[in-house]
Amino acid sequence: MTSDVTLDTLGLFCPLPVILTSKKIKEMIAGQILLVLSDDIGVKKDMVVWCENSGHELLQIVEEGTTIQCYVLKK
Amino acid sequence: MPIYLDHIAATPLLTAAKDAMMPFWDESFGNPQSRHEVGDAPKAAIETARKSIAELIGADPREIIFTASASEANNLAIKGILSSHKKRGRHIITSVIEHFSVAHPIKRMEQEGYQVTWLPVDQTGRVNPADVKNAICKETVLISIAHANNEIGTIQPIQEIAKIANASGVPFHTDAAATVGVIPFDINSLGVDLAGFSAQQFYGPKGVGALYLRRGTRIFPLIDGGIQEGGRRAGTENVPAIVGMGVAGKAARENLTHEHKRLSNLRDHLISGLIKKVNRIHLTGDRQYRLPHIASFAVEYVDGEALIRALSRSGIIAAAGSSCSADALKISPTLTAIGYPANIAQGAIVMSLGKDTTREDIDTVLSVFPEVVSSLQEISPIYSELSGGASAASSQSR
Repeated sequence: MTSDVTLDTLGLFCPLPVILTSKKIKEMIAGQILLVLSDDIGVKKDMVVWCENSGHELLQIVEEGTTIQCYVLKK
Repeated sequence: MPIYLDHIAATPLLTAAKDAMMPFWDESFGNPQSRHEVGDAPKAAIETARKSIAELIGADPREIIFTASASEANNLAIKGILSSHKKRGRHIITSVIEHFSVAHPIKRMEQEGYQVTWLPVDQTGRVNPADVKNAICKETVLISIAHANNEIGTIQPIQEIAKIANASGVPFHTDAAATVGVIPFDINSLGVDLAGFSAQQFYGPKGVGALYLRRGTRIFPLIDGGIQEGGRRAGTENVPAIVGMGVAGKAARENLTHEHKRLSNLRDHLISGLIKKVNRIHLTGDRQYRLPHIASFAVEYVDGEALIRALSRSGIIAAAGSSCSADALKISPTLTAIGYPANIAQGAIVMSLGKDTTREDIDTVLSVFPEVVSSLQEISPIYSELSGGASAASSQSR
């Protein structure tokens, strides 16, 4: 999956990845895809909840080794 | 002027602290570590501040390490203990409601292979000392439990936990950011080995904090370099801020007994008044073991963010639960841990009183708050359906 913007939150613990996601996505335009990189397993749950509450769409979560890649579509 | 009830986030700087800081921005600009006379005044000022902060908590001045914040002090305590005790063990005991400045460094160490016991809390947010005792094993090298929680105001049984830690020979750290300068805090009575706190909680400047480190407790520094702070925290000292912290600490010590009683009375007036006047409101945290300046609630069928915005428009400044968690559109881990479901926890609000808060201010809040809540609850479709209006609603606390 491709993305328009990448947000590197490696090394940060929840809820920081979703807080930074919330800030970053405000700078994007509707239809763009944000890739969030995290290594905190809590992001898998938090990103689902955040997307449900914020109205953006969580397209996919991919795990590669210890890195968790969250693809979020800005609505 | 709005009624400011967010002192747990920041307190206004004392004029006396500001005045004392001013010379160290210009005429007394020297480096405290210099051997020449330009460094003499800053060096002496730091030692005066160190003595003041030591007196505030009943410590020896040599046990005070100045930092840039309580967060840094907590990090220094946790990572400093772990790095100096690597050969002894790799187990940490903490609670599920710690501030991020404790929880996150511990999570980082957990990622690096440390075993962590995350202790639960009861419905009021208290840790059971017996749980601490049961969790200790021969690998345990650190116990870290906050003195009080800044979201719900609950004060922990620190003395009991310290006795258990001391008997086991395990270093005990407490995040004391919410308590130093606010409630009586005698380090030797409490029995803790390390305590982190900051000046901004007791009307000092931002950007300065301190770690109490009991003599004989070994930590390795987070920041290596020079010999500042006994080599435990390298980097040229923030002299103006440290001076301000010292002055604010002295004032806090002088005013503490009076302010503790005054604020407790105002807090109780606020809590009992709101419970009486507001429908579907819950007092969060412990009623008895509670910080004197914290009144925290969860209001049903109201969004905490909407509530603080509406209160702000009415001239009342308060905080919605945990602001960090609110930005993440996530329920506060503390409120989750004490058993509040999401639909109630989303209405969390914290009002923290301060030295300028008056009885009249609280009476204004008691007049305005119920109306604001009522107007928000009325636009909640679930509330309207359930209650058929406010008449069927009830006030609750636990």
